[in-house]
Amino acid sequence: MTAALLTIENLNVSYRGRGHSAHILDGVDLEIGHGQSVGLVGESGSGKSTVAFALLGLLADNAEVSADHAAFDGRTQDFAKRETASLRGTDIAMIFQDPMTALNPMFSIGTQLVDIQRRRFPKESRKALWARAQAVLADVGVQDAAARMHRYPHEFSGGMRQRVVIAMALLVEPKLLIADEPTTALDATIEAQVVEVLHRLRQRTSASMLVVSHSMGLIAELCDSVVVMYAGTVVESGKVADVLHRPRHPYTRALLACEIDPFAAFDPSQDLATIPGTVPDPSRRPQGCIFAGRCPARHDRCSEKPPQQQAGDGRTYACWLEAA
Amino acid sequence: MRSASFQIHLASKLATALLAVAGSVVLLLALTRFIPGDPATVILGSRATPEAVAALNARIGLDKPLIEQAFAFFGRLFSGDLGEDVFNGRPVLSLVLGALPNTAALAISAMLTAIVLGVPLALVSARWPGGKIDRLVAFLSVGFISTPSFVVSVFLLMVFSVTLRWFPVLGAGESGDLGDQLWHLVLPTAALAAGWVGYIARLLRSSLLEVLSESHIRTLRAYGVSEAKILMKYALKPAVLPTVAVLGMGFGELLGGAVFAEVIFNRPGLGSLIYDAIRTRNYPVVQGGVFVIVLLYVLTNLIADLSQSLIDPRERARLVSGRGAVT
Repeated sequence: MTAALLTIENLNVSYRGRGHSAHILDGVDLEIGHGQSVGLVGESGSGKSTVAFALLGLLADNAEVSADHAAFDGRTQDFAKRETASLRGTDIAMIFQDPMTALNPMFSIGTQLVDIQRRRFPKESRKALWARAQAVLADVGVQDAAARMHRYPHEFSGGMRQRVVIAMALLVEPKLLIADEPTTALDATIEAQVVEVLHRLRQRTSASMLVVSHSMGLIAELCDSVVVMYAGTVVESGKVADVLHRPRHPYTRALLACEIDPFAAFDPSQDLATIPGTVPDPSRRPQGCIFAGRCPARHDRCSEKPPQQQAGDGRTYACWLEAA
Repeated sequence: MRSASFQIHLASKLATALLAVAGSVVLLLALTRFIPGDPATVILGSRATPEAVAALNARIGLDKPLIEQAFAFFGRLFSGDLGEDVFNGRPVLSLVLGALPNTAALAISAMLTAIVLGVPLALVSARWPGGKIDRLVAFLSVGFISTPSFVVSVFLLMVFSVTLRWFPVLGAGESGDLGDQLWHLVLPTAALAAGWVGYIARLLRSSLLEVLSESHIRTLRAYGVSEAKILMKYALKPAVLPTVAVLGMGFGELLGGAVFAEVIFNRPGLGSLIYDAIRTRNYPVVQGGVFVIVLLYVLTNLIADLSQSLIDPRERARLVSGRGAVT
């Protein structure tokens, strides 16, 4: 097997405030192979979006980023110096969470689609870039793309805006496409359409994908493998089918239990499943297992940091439980 | 692009503007009554005959009730008559029109200077917030905004005209000699623009910083769009809207509020015309002059308001389609 497109070992992110610092990511490992699609899943505050933003060097100035080793497409990257910023808009493209705010309200879609290609194609004429943008816009399912290029974001529906945002990512022909909660801000019917667009995209481009989402369903639909995050650490990772069907880590199990089954009969007497408790405060992280405070299977050893266990097929999980 | 809803919008703005003008005229006429002392006595002196006083009151219309005066004022207005100078009978309109170019030149040059200096300062401050330039601009802005323009005027006069003798002391320059007129414009412009440079720099800086923190800017950054382009194009256009509104107000204010600068530099403009008229209780001139200032103030605000709608495509769409505000 050739080297992976992206390898990160022991990624740490902390924010330094006055007198205290908050540890957001603690030793995250991530590997994305060429053409592979990886899902990053976890509840709000798990740090999954932080991983995506750190990849592009888009974190706030007071964020301290470090990694033992990081490489993109064979080149070593220094996260502390935000070297990955040079990959923005050329090798890595990002599809943002909220299509309502991701586009500038004062400029036409066409203008924005042209300007984001500038870095990738510095020598192309504006006319050529406009034509490319129009073609890709039609390709992601925007009808009457030629006229729509001159329109402003407020003249597009949420689903259409998300298509524009996806078109942006396609236009720069990246090696890695990051989708940060691509469907969270959309309503259910539009969500299905956008998933469809992402699905087609997945089959057509050779780009690797990193899908950040809290929805196991979306990840299952779009990804080969999944990384489950909790409170800034990776608790379990492996092939989507393995993790979904035979979760090893108690947190993964709890997360899967919270998924709503659309085909199940609605029973109003039955409460929706939740995980009791909340994610620990990043400035006061517990010593041992990060999930111990909310874990239903917690025991004495959980006050120590659990080891990374291998379960074959590239499956890893961080838990003291020997067998699931 | 013109539709019924746009015309309705324009009509409602115009109606509001007219109401403001009418209200200010009534206040203006009432003011004459509240100022202590009988105007006719002040104008004619204490030894004037009752007949002369009555004749003067009849001429200015002070013998009639306030409402009637207001109607008379507006009635004459339609035939382009703003009244007559009490002392020499010259039409107020021609006095005002004679003074207006000097005032307009000063207001325009002060505003242009404020924009030309203020906008780049705002861009630099917003590009490196907390940096050396940002802090320096913040410090100087507060200083200049809080220093009244007449104080600045006096200092400029003392330093650059009296001591260094670089600039002329008084007047608006030889009429017909553009170079001389521009030369006379430099110091008053500097005095009036100083505060506005700081004001624009700070106001635009804060709206720039606000826009720069929005997610559409993050999108552009994620695609490696250059910081310069983000700042000068994608952040500047939305950020400029509040500044345009303030500029409209500021320009109107300068047209009328250049009184101190005009008096100190002895420029024959609207401000000094009104100032002299108040000193001599020349009420028709005061009323006519202030009326024109009010008119210009309302007009510049109207223009600023409309140009804001033209800059913002959402606002434009709302006006043209007649739909409610787009969220």
